[in-house]
Formats: sequence, C-alpha cells, structure tokens
Amino acid sequence: MEKGETKTMKYEPVIGLEVHVELNTKSKMFCRCFADYFSKEPNTHTCPICLGLPGALPYTNKEAITKCIQIGLALNCKIVDLSRFERKNYFYPDLPKGYQISQYRWPLCVEGWLEVEDKEGNVSKIRINRVHQEEDTGKLTHSDGQTLIDFNRSGVPLVEIVTEPDFTDPSQVKDYAKKLQQIFRYLSVSNADMEKGDMRLEANVSVRPVGQKELPNYRVELKNINSFRFMTAAIEYEIKRQIEALEKGEKLTQETRGWNEDKRETYLQRSKEEAHDYRYFPEPDLPELKMKSEEERVKEEMVELPQAKMQRFVSEYGISKQNAQVLVELKEVGYYFEKAVKLGEAQQIKPQELANYIVNQKITLASQDQVLRAVEFIAAKRVGIIEDEAVIKKIVLEVIKKNPKSVEDYKRGKLNALQALIGGVMRKTQGKVNVEKVMVVLEKKLKSGDTP
Amino acid sequence: MSLKECLRKGKIMDLTKLTLIETIKGLKERQFSEVELNRAYRERMKKLNPSLNVYLWAKENGTEGIPAAIKDIIVTKDISTTAGSKILEGFVPPYNATAVDRLLEKNISVIGKTNCDEFAMGSSGENSAYGPTKNPWDLTKVPGGSSSGSAVAVASDMCVFALGTDTGGSIRQPSSLCGVVGLKPSYGRVSRYGAIAMASSLDQIGPLTKTVADARLVLEWISGKDGYDSNCQNSEFKVQSSELKKDLKGVRVGVPREYFGKGLDEGVEKVVREAIKKLEKLGAEVVEVILPHTEYGIAVYYIVMSSEVSSNLAKFTGIRFGKTRDKFGSEAKRRIMLGTFALSTGYYDDYFAKAAKVRTLIKQDFAKAFQKCDVIVGPVSPTTAWNLGEKVNDPLKMYLSDAYTIPASLAGIPGLSVPCGFSEGLPVGLQILGKYMDEETILDVAESYEQATSWRKVKPKL
Repeated sequence: MEKGETKTMKYEPVIGLEVHVELNTKSKMFCRCFADYFSKEPNTHTCPICLGLPGALPYTNKEAITKCIQIGLALNCKIVDLSRFERKNYFYPDLPKGYQISQYRWPLCVEGWLEVEDKEGNVSKIRINRVHQEEDTGKLTHSDGQTLIDFNRSGVPLVEIVTEPDFTDPSQVKDYAKKLQQIFRYLSVSNADMEKGDMRLEANVSVRPVGQKELPNYRVELKNINSFRFMTAAIEYEIKRQIEALEKGEKLTQETRGWNEDKRETYLQRSKEEAHDYRYFPEPDLPELKMKSEEERVKEEMVELPQAKMQRFVSEYGISKQNAQVLVELKEVGYYFEKAVKLGEAQQIKPQELANYIVNQKITLASQDQVLRAVEFIAAKRVGIIEDEAVIKKIVLEVIKKNPKSVEDYKRGKLNALQALIGGVMRKTQGKVNVEKVMVVLEKKLKSGDTP
Repeated sequence: MSLKECLRKGKIMDLTKLTLIETIKGLKERQFSEVELNRAYRERMKKLNPSLNVYLWAKENGTEGIPAAIKDIIVTKDISTTAGSKILEGFVPPYNATAVDRLLEKNISVIGKTNCDEFAMGSSGENSAYGPTKNPWDLTKVPGGSSSGSAVAVASDMCVFALGTDTGGSIRQPSSLCGVVGLKPSYGRVSRYGAIAMASSLDQIGPLTKTVADARLVLEWISGKDGYDSNCQNSEFKVQSSELKKDLKGVRVGVPREYFGKGLDEGVEKVVREAIKKLEKLGAEVVEVILPHTEYGIAVYYIVMSSEVSSNLAKFTGIRFGKTRDKFGSEAKRRIMLGTFALSTGYYDDYFAKAAKVRTLIKQDFAKAFQKCDVIVGPVSPTTAWNLGEKVNDPLKMYLSDAYTIPASLAGIPGLSVPCGFSEGLPVGLQILGKYMDEETILDVAESYEQATSWRKVKPKL
C-alpha cells in the first residue's frame, strides 16, 4: 500500500468482501437446462423456467445445494437446520422473472471464518457472515445502439460469500480471494476463473479514525472488477481517495464505484439515492430446505482442504512447510506427490527427496506417467551411489593428497578451489557419490587442517 | 333404455347434457362418436358464446377427444393464453401446463380457453380485459370469479368439464353462483406448473364439473407428483373403486358459527341451513365448531396475495411481451401497489410478516376444528349472483364477497362447492371443506348429498 505510514496514524481502512462464485453443476439452479453457457450459441440453453415465461416454476437443483454446503463447511460455517429461498425483487432486462431467487434472512451457511495473511505475513481471522445460494442473470450485449439478451446464463447456480468488515489491508483481500479460489478448485465446485466471470469480487470500503470502534456511517461498494490485481489497486486507490476527502473535511456517502484501469482510478456508478429496495420475501414456489441430515452427508464426502493437507504432509512425510505449501497449491500436485511417495517407498526414496524434486523442477504432476517418471528419475540417479561415509572419507583424502595446490588455494580463501576438489571426487567416482556428504567431509578435513 | 336408444328416440337430443362419466361411457359403448360429440359442443358454443362471452379462444373444427374448457390463465402449447389481460394479448405459450398435458393423455381435447378476471384477480369476472362473462341464469348478473368463463361453460353445457384456478375462492364462488360443482384441491395436490401465477402460495388448479363424480375423476387425472412443481409431491389422488356410501352415518359435519354471521344473505342462509339438515337426515352428526380468526382472513389474504402479485407480475414488461405496463387493468395495478407497499423496507414486519403469523393462526383454527369433525360446511358466498356493475367501483365490497372461501385457501385445505338450491331463482352452493389432502371425504359427503337431491338436474333456460 502506498498510503504512507503517517496517514495510517489517523485513519484505518474497514473492508468487507462479497464474492460470487458460479458453480460447475451439470444443470441450472432451478431447471434442467445445461449450466455450461461459455461460448455457446445464445439462447440455446433455455426453457420456460429460465426464460421466466408465464406459468413456469423453479425446481431446486440438489447438486448445487450440496456444493454450497461444501463451501460453507470449508469456510468453517455452521449449516443451518432450516433454510429458505427468497425473492429479491428488482427490474433489469437481464432478469426475466423480475426477481432473482436468492437468500436473505435464511442463508444456508452462517458464522464461518478463514485465516488470511497480509503482505508482512501476519495472520488474522476474517469472519464469514454467510454463504448463500442464488441464481445468475442473463447477459446483455450492447452494440450499434442495440442491446441483445442471452439467457443461457440465466439461472446458473451462484453462491455468494459475504465477510464481516474485518479486512484492514488490501493484501489481506488478495490473500483471501486466492484462498477462496483454491478452495473452490479443491472442492471441484467451480473453475473459479475470474476472467470468465466464474468468480466475481465486490469490496465494501470505508475508512475510520484509528481507535474508533464503530463502523463508519457510509461505505463505498466497488463492483464489476474482474481480477485480483485490479481489485487490490481499486481498494488502494479508494482508501487514499477517502482519506484525502475526509482530511479535506468532505462528507462521504454510500455509493457504488467501478474501476477504470486506463486511468487507474475508481469512478462513480450509482449513488445512495438510486439504491434499491429489494422487497425480499420468502419464495412461495419452493419449500423450506431442511438441512439437518444433509450436513452430515456432505461432511462425509468432503475432500481434504489445502490447509489440512499441508499440515498433514509436514507431519506425515517430514517435509518442510515451504515444500508442503507448494505441493498443496494445486490439488493434483498434492495427489500425485502422495502417489509418488507410495511408489518410491519400495526403493527407499524419501518423501523429502520427491518433494524437493517436484518443487525444484517446478513440475505440476498431472498424470500417472509423470509420477512414474519422477520416481524413476530419482531412483536411477541413486543406483550405485556411494553413501558410506568411511568410503567417502577415504576418497576425499586421496583427492586432497593429489591436489596440494588446490588445498593451498583454499587456505588462501579461493572458493573455486573447493569446487575443483569436489570435481576431483566426482571424477574418481564417475559421479556416483552423494555430493552433499562429499562437501561435508571435504570442508571438515580442510578446516581442521588435518591435511597430509 | 340405453343411451343409444334414447338418442334414437329423440329423448336426449343433446350430447352436451351428458356428464363426463356418461360421455366416457357413451363413447366406449359406441353410442356416439367423438366427431358427433365435438359437433354438438361446437354448435352449442356457437349459439351461446356471443351472449355469454365465455370463450376467449375456441377450437374451430375439433373432431377428436372429449371437449374440455381451460381457464385462460393456464398455458396451452400453441394456443393463445391471455390470463384475461391485454398485457398478454397475442402471447402463444410454447408449452403446456402439467394439468393440461395430463388431460391430453386421457383423450381430452381443449375446446376453448375461458374468460376470467385479469390474472385471476376478481370475484365477478368483470375484471377481464375482454369484457365480462354473463351468468346463464340471468344475463344481467355476474357469474362470479375469477374462473367466470369456466363456471359458465359448464353451467351452460358448452364443455364437458372445465379447469379453473382458485386462489381465494375463484373456483368455488363462481361454481356456487352458476350452480355447478367446483373443487379447489389441497395446496400441492395438483401441479401449478403452467398456471400463470397470481399468488403462488395460494393458487391451485381444480375442476369445475356437472357432477361430484366427474370432479373426482378429473382430480385423479390431474393430481400427483410433478417434477416441475416443488410444492406438489406425494400428491396422487385415486378414485376408490368401492361403491359410494348412500348414507353419511359416522360422518361428523362441523358448522362454523363465524360463517353464519353478519353479511350473510337471508335467502342464502335458509338454503344452506336446509342443506345441512339434509346431511343430518342422511345420517351425519352435525356439530358446531369455531374458527375464531375468520374475521382476519380478508386482511391477511390481501397482504399475502398482493405481495406475491406484486412480484409475480413484475415480469410483464414491454421488453419481453411487447406491451407496456399501463396495459394492466385497475385491479391489477391496485394489487401491485398494495403488495409493493407491504413488502417495502420498514413495512415488511408490520404487514407481510404479521400477516404470515395470522395465517398460521387461521391454519390452526382449522386443525382444532377438525379434531371435532370430518368436514366443515357452510355457504360459499354470502349472496347469490349480483348485478353486473354493482360492485365494480367498490373494491372493498367486492373483496368481502370472498370471506368464506379465503380462510381455506390460506390454510391450504381442500374445499368444494356443490349446488344446494336456489334463492330467488339464482343458484346457491354448499361449501364443504376438508382436512389437508383429504379430498376423499369432502367428495364423499358432496356426492351423497348430490345423489339424495336433484339440484344438478335443474339447468338454466338458454
């Protein structure tokens, strides 16, 4: 952040985040149309229900509900016993029913949390207010003074995740969004591709004097920002703008702003006067959702999440935390790492070696083949490798004896000399020696002055 | 004498006088053909529709199936469906309502789409944008509403039976005012898929028929689980094959004090009380019950219903249907305004949330009453059919005419109207309400009564 330390003395940011994620279910939220709309012929994945035709009724997609609960559980939420859909009433041409089926008073998941890190590595807990289920709208395309509507996206399941205003720094927001994306992909509930609009961020940003406990009496909503980077930039800009405004004695009000990447500034989209009254009420077309038995069922089928997997890798395989973190970044890598560990066991390949190899080679093990290759590679390298320290000591002493000049150079501080001596050992063993052990023995001998 | 012989001897000149069950039997026994049947109804329709204004759309050259009339708020594939509104003029749905599909499977054909109050909002049929339907018993009177056209189509033999929708009495009340049988099933018994929504938590499709047995059969056809209506599950209704009990021994009939109070027309009361006496004579045990929250029914209904209306009618815009919202009639506009207000921030708790609570109390009233009885009986409407135009400018007076039908709608329980006599030459219906998902008992009681009386045989002179 570029706001400067002197300003944080006076004001601190208060940031809350709303994340929409489109689920990758087979069919839409309330009808049987295919949910996959990406680059499909417009208005081909539609039916009376998602077109909002008179007489049509919604029918809940259970797969979506399961995925919503998985997200809730991954975010440490309570799953409520009784949930309800509600209607959010507003007019927009991409909303064929004149209302969106959403949740307001009875969300599926409540009171969760997620730990985030800021850029300095400080960890803090962000409280999750709710995780709820809703549906997407159609898509408008404006061109040549005309507006076209494509309803392929209408009714695609969306999950909304709302935090409490617990963020105090844009770097936390970025970490949170990345962690969410990782969770969605781990759970296989969404591709969570920002550019395709699978995952959308909205930030509520305001600032308050340091020490003030109450929330500010306004908030600025940042909307329609489709990358982590732009969102971070927009929040940083907004914090600066608001602090400057307050310092000038201006009064800030509720408004919605967008991000102009060319000018690198936020701009006003809608002011408070234009705010909607959504007139939420229980969706009479859908029965209540009784979740009591559902929670247990979904819990049993939950996959291991990145944080838990990372900790398990450290304790179970004795690998470093840094390596474990890299290995769990993508679900597939962690999965194949464990496969490789199993395969390597027979050849006494240590998990740490495999972890090093995968991390250093930056390979994303994507197939069974690559797993086998990794194990074979390490195993092959190790055939006939001299590990016995006594043997190594003997060879090292021979090399030292034959290269008095290099020893002299080393003693005079020439570091290249060490390389030359190692090279000697390697030549003598045709490279089949544990280099790390050679280095240890060599340095010990040279430092002790224990030379012939 | 067989039907065929009757026909031959000219004793029954008109196939349109047959009930649904008689029609099925006649076709099965080849006493007449589907072509003859359709021709008879078409001729009847041609003769009467101009004066009664029943059909908004009618089939020109139907030759197949058993002709049924469908309320124009129920969507029919490739057949225009207006919901009685100018805003949907020219709208041709690309799909059938589930109930319509189920009828088509039973060799029923759609002979016409019947007139109704705009989006089923009205108690007289006068809120139709296509002019009011007339009462066949007296053309200067309203037929009731909102299933005005469906009730008149049955009463005037312009169809074998009809489908209507009932949100606060829209099947039962016009049935009562036109002297036919009308059944509002339990909420969730019949799929609402394809019934253009007025108030989603109340709407229900049901049959209007010439006899109780016909209503029972149509209910069997259209009821049952539908993968397109989440509120319609475990809802199959089967006609019991056992013989109808002639008497009502062992049946406890509850008479609610609140349905016989101020506002009930004397003539109607007399007819209904006589009908209750008849039930007693048939062996029923009559007990008095109380439904203490009845007086709040209309207030609760007008908040819940109009709230849902305001949301359900939001989709009708020029963008999708080509007609701007000023095409809504005044009653539609009134309810959109009422509902929008009741749901607004700052009013939701005082109106919608409170109404939802009172609705629960009304439901509990019925649950308690049904501990003492098997069915509840009373009038359907406080009056017989009134003059066209009489209440048009007095919405509140119009709303009050639904006082006896609304509570059952709010509770989601089944109710029917069966003809039980006349007051000053106009039909009066007996309302029979039952426990949730117990259509069986109300149909049994209604049929026993119907078979022990001869009201069904009295037809309007047209």
